[in-house]
Amino acid sequence: MSESAQKAYFGRRYMLSASHRLHVDALTAEENRAAYGKCNNPHGHGHNYVVEVMVGGMVNGETGMVMNLADLDRVVNERVVERFDHRNLNLDPVFEKRVPTTENFSLALVEILREALPQGSLEHVRIEETENNFFECSGA
Amino acid sequence: MIFLTRRATFSASHYYWNKAWTAEKNESVFGRCANRNGHGHNYTLEVTVAGEPDAVTGFVVDLKWLKDVMEREVLAAFDHRHLNLEVEEFGQGKLIPTTENIAIVTWKRLEPAIRKAAGAQLSRVRVYETPEIFAEYRGGQ
Repeated sequence: MSESAQKAYFGRRYMLSASHRLHVDALTAEENRAAYGKCNNPHGHGHNYVVEVMVGGMVNGETGMVMNLADLDRVVNERVVERFDHRNLNLDPVFEKRVPTTENFSLALVEILREALPQGSLEHVRIEETENNFFECSGA
Repeated sequence: MIFLTRRATFSASHYYWNKAWTAEKNESVFGRCANRNGHGHNYTLEVTVAGEPDAVTGFVVDLKWLKDVMEREVLAAFDHRHLNLEVEEFGQGKLIPTTENIAIVTWKRLEPAIRKAAGAQLSRVRVYETPEIFAEYRGGQ
């Protein structure tokens, strides 16, 4: 299986539903309202997030895979989906000191997954907040 | 540099099996994908080429030409076929038709034809096995 000794990428999309509110204590109520608009509404709101995790690496000659889907699923489900699905993002410790914009959510997921996946394998995390908004953070 | 992507779909069956392994090991590593009767997917193929727009036509490549190349080199061989049994690169168990390997084989089928077309180079091949699972190949690295 000589064709397998090549670098390829494998991507998987996961869904999770969560609420958040965009608000920072350093700004006044008016400034928060100006910066975040409806996203600053006091009681928060929710999204169906699509989290795309892409890993890269040499294709294993025995399996034909960059990473076994079952292994990737286990890590992402344990570390990300179970932690954030049907939760309020603002209350998670990772957002204690930063506002849960989807930019910061993608940065947080890179930090969480980079530690849990084989070293150097995380290529990117891309989060779709709605069908029209998406954010991507390199895993490097 | 402009990147241009053409999408196409094909439907095919496959199974995962390493002939050097026991049945137990194949079933343990590949799970349901090791079912020897095979199973199928509606695949989506995305082919991205890179280049500068032609001074006269404004095209990086003619999309109709790219469609024909994809049809001739890849879809004619893969669509409504059993990849393990009917596609030469995967035949006799010499390469497992994982999504990763389908992306690599697709690249190798397309790259010579695209290289001959002045000005454009193949940049990326992405293969979706389902809307949630995909693999990508960007050439030798």
